[in-house]
Amino acid sequence: MEVRVQNVRKEFDRFQALHDVSLDIRSGELIALLGPSGSGKTTLLRLIAGLETPTAGKVFFGDTDASEKTVQERNIGFVFQHYALFRHMTILENISFGLKVRPRSSRPPAGEIRRRAMELLDLVQLSGLEKRYPNQLSGGQRQRVALARALAIEPAVLLLDEPFGALDAQVRRELRKWLREIHDRTGHTTVFVTHDQEEALELSDRLCVMSQGKIEQVGTPDSVYDHPTSPFVFGFIGESSELPVTVENNELWVGGRAIGIPAGDAQPGEARLFFRPHDIELVEADASLAGVVSTSRRVGGTRRVELEIGGGGHHVEVDLPFDHPAGEKTRLAFRPRRWKLFPAK
Amino acid sequence: MATKLRAQTKRRRSPTSERRSVQLLMIGIAVAFMAVVLVLPLYAVFHEAFSKGVWAFFAALGEKDAQAAIRLTLLVAAIAVPLNVVFGLAASWAIAKFEFKGKAFLITLIDLPFSVSPVISGLVYVLLFGAGSFLGPWLKGYGIEVLFALPGIVLATIFVTFPFVARELIPLMQDQGTGDEEAALSLGANGWQTFWRVTIPNIKWGLLYGVLLCNARAMGEFGAVAVVSGKIRGQTTTMPLQVEMLYNEYNASAAFALASLLALLALVTLVLKSALEWRFGEEIAAGDH
Repeated sequence: MEVRVQNVRKEFDRFQALHDVSLDIRSGELIALLGPSGSGKTTLLRLIAGLETPTAGKVFFGDTDASEKTVQERNIGFVFQHYALFRHMTILENISFGLKVRPRSSRPPAGEIRRRAMELLDLVQLSGLEKRYPNQLSGGQRQRVALARALAIEPAVLLLDEPFGALDAQVRRELRKWLREIHDRTGHTTVFVTHDQEEALELSDRLCVMSQGKIEQVGTPDSVYDHPTSPFVFGFIGESSELPVTVENNELWVGGRAIGIPAGDAQPGEARLFFRPHDIELVEADASLAGVVSTSRRVGGTRRVELEIGGGGHHVEVDLPFDHPAGEKTRLAFRPRRWKLFPAK
Repeated sequence: MATKLRAQTKRRRSPTSERRSVQLLMIGIAVAFMAVVLVLPLYAVFHEAFSKGVWAFFAALGEKDAQAAIRLTLLVAAIAVPLNVVFGLAASWAIAKFEFKGKAFLITLIDLPFSVSPVISGLVYVLLFGAGSFLGPWLKGYGIEVLFALPGIVLATIFVTFPFVARELIPLMQDQGTGDEEAALSLGANGWQTFWRVTIPNIKWGLLYGVLLCNARAMGEFGAVAVVSGKIRGQTTTMPLQVEMLYNEYNASAAFALASLLALLALVTLVLKSALEWRFGEEIAAGDH
């Protein structure tokens, strides 16, 4: 089911958590709400779920206005960061809870409930654990139970709040792949919140980058990574280096030197240059960014070199292959292969 | 080498533990103190109760006024404890799961009975419902006696035992947060189902613990009840009041026979309380999230 968030505002005690947010979520897609803490991503998710009510604005599920509906009526599946499994119920009871609490008229018979719960248990690869209690499971297993429990009610939309936030890195990567598989198999419209950009880039069809209660950019992982539309998105998604530059004569200048990058249609004056540390080439030419190596660390297969550029004490990072001879030098000259220019603050 | 190692391990002592002699001294003081203050009086109660033999003991308990006192005490507890369970649940629910103005004040208010002398708690009701008050005569006009009758005793008992359930549940519910309730709601459960199937099971042991303490206090309360009861023998005397009256009449063995029942109640409460703490300690002190 498609979900439309229309001009939603949310205030908590005069604190603006969301400023006029609009977002179209397509039917069947897996979309990530990505942002630092305090960006309003969880608030937006809870508004879609109906766990919060917007101060202004509307939420549509398909063509129906869900704003007036309660959380129960919206028929959503919500997976909580800390699982929120019912600790006094077995895994099977947890998964069948949503079906058991239905009014008699729409409640499936007990045998049917049990069969569906066992099926879901199988889907989340936990068959055989139905009689266990949540505290007898590992974090990763609990999260899978939480997902099965949310899927049991055949939700119109699946909402996940930092689903892997409390797990260690190894388990997180496994579950990520597994969630993608489940999504591809069941086809639920899925919204998940994360602060982990790697997770968002790897898992989602589209991502919605948020900052300070606003949506900064929405797009496919590639388009957001390759064409960030704001300094925040450039800095938040992937590695980035930033340098203040001057635009003059249709060229970029740093410390009184032209650096060999055309200014394009940028206005003359101060600007900020952004590039990816790995997306550079070393050059011998005069027109380049030249700097003194201040630190050089090997990180796995690459060497991360921090350079001081010009006299202004500006530092940028560039990545070299770890065995590149230039890693030994004290001075490096380079040019970004791709870059983005933003107006000065 | 090996002997040297052993010598070292022998010398090593946990940095926070004391020398053996100091340990023994401390334990000795604690045990002696407990013996004098707790065990001896308890022994005295039972010794005195049976001083005239087992037959006299049961005769004293079977006496008409004693029976009436026991019945009244049970009745008062049967009314006061459920009411305070309802109140305690409502208050801790409100405090733990919602944000509102005056929350800190409400928490202080709940603690009030702990800090007020029970005699004052009783006097408050005398002032409210006494002959010179506004409410007393008005209710009397409808044939409702509050003072020197069951309603007064129940009111005073409720006031005094007011904090037990709420005090126990507030930290527990605060610690558990609202995550489980939100999960239940998102799965389609209504408020009632969420309360009975999720909230209550999460707090049941803490609740039982609070009820136990509340009950012990309700049955044992003396001060507040003494002020409002009027001590009409066979009608408005609870067990603690009856004990005092018998004692003042130099009927020590009967007084102690009845007192031994209260002491027994205390012991049973203690055993149950310890059992709960031992078995469900985590779920009583704080949740296991």
